[in-house]
Amino acid sequence: MKNEWPLWEVFIRGQHGMSHRHVGSLHAPDAEMAIKNARDVYTRRNEGVSIWVVEARHIAASSPSDKGPLYEPSESKVYRHPTFFDIPDEVGAM
Amino acid sequence: MYAQMVKSEATNDDPERLAAFQARIDAGEKIEPKDWMPEGYRKTLIRQIGQHAHSEIVGQLPEGNWITRAPTLERKAILLAKVQDEAGHGLYLYCAAETLGVSRDELTEMLLDGRMKYSSIFNYPTLNWADIGAVGWLVDGAAIMNQVPLQRTSFGPYSRAMIRICKEESFHQRQGYDAIRKMAEGTPEQRRMAQDALNRLWFPSLMMFGPSDKDSVHSEQSMKWKIKMNTNDELRQKFVDQTVPQIEFLGLDLPDPGIKWNEERGHYDYTDPDWSEFYDVIKGNGPCNTDRLAARNKAWDDGKWVRDGLLAHARKKAAARVAAE
Repeated sequence: MKNEWPLWEVFIRGQHGMSHRHVGSLHAPDAEMAIKNARDVYTRRNEGVSIWVVEARHIAASSPSDKGPLYEPSESKVYRHPTFFDIPDEVGAM
Repeated sequence: MYAQMVKSEATNDDPERLAAFQARIDAGEKIEPKDWMPEGYRKTLIRQIGQHAHSEIVGQLPEGNWITRAPTLERKAILLAKVQDEAGHGLYLYCAAETLGVSRDELTEMLLDGRMKYSSIFNYPTLNWADIGAVGWLVDGAAIMNQVPLQRTSFGPYSRAMIRICKEESFHQRQGYDAIRKMAEGTPEQRRMAQDALNRLWFPSLMMFGPSDKDSVHSEQSMKWKIKMNTNDELRQKFVDQTVPQIEFLGLDLPDPGIKWNEERGHYDYTDPDWSEFYDVIKGNGPCNTDRLAARNKAWDDGKWVRDGLLAHARKKAAARVAAE
């Protein structure tokens, strides 16, 4: 069996109520050590108040070649944005 | 600059795909690990990011040498934090390299058996406390010159690692300048030490940018791919221009009598480092090459039982969990 520690992806939640955000990865033998290492590698300057780690092999990702079918349909739907609608000044703030 | 003379790899890919790839880079798009990329791009990046990562790790040794002998508790805490940052920077970069399909252990092995290089600067010794100030000021200062533009490099994971590193690097340079300034303003003996450190580390710092452009054979392709953002001489000049006023502020003598303001060019003239010394250090004949590699090998070998033990423990726990289900 190979003796390389598995790769973990690290997610950190910052101070101000933001959601967890991917910050990088690291190697660790298990989840407990991954969190300990993540604390040392990714929060040396108060970057976060919560850490998630997940083994990289458990992450499923979309394929770059699917970019077209996945994201192009939303390009033509400008009406999904509030600026699409003209609201007369007299109506006031909306 | 922590990656020197990174050999660029030839690429034998389909010309049409190559052109499309180049168009993405020219348009300022980031290349991500799962995207198609030329083999040469992948291999050159593994070599460059790997060398950069190794430099961060080996770079801990000359400074770690002085942690226990720092002059005050505050300086000790600062140096400890700085050296810990270097470990972190190495780890960010290894992660970026790993997205290109090389494993962490493979990278480590290539460092330990000499197949991969680290920056020539770390093969020079830190003889006294003034050197620690000079290293932060000059060596980290030179590294920043190179790393700031690399934040815009075309490979997404490398660019993101650089952004994190640059955020932390400024602390490194400032603490170094602060330490050497204290000495430059101190007793005549301290002042002499500060001058001596500057004199010894000046040319090795200039060498960090790699050979002169006329002898730099690997630049063109890397610049086209935006994995190298400036030429060696451009960055070296920028470093000299920035550092000379900092030396003058300290009231120290310039370490090179050739340094003169050139009105016409709008830059300082300076003497090139002795390139034969540079090539000799790269080849393994610097003052500390043997020591540095021996220290890394010893750390890896001595740590084996810890790595194996933690892994055995993790496997045992995982097996017990499966049995309990």
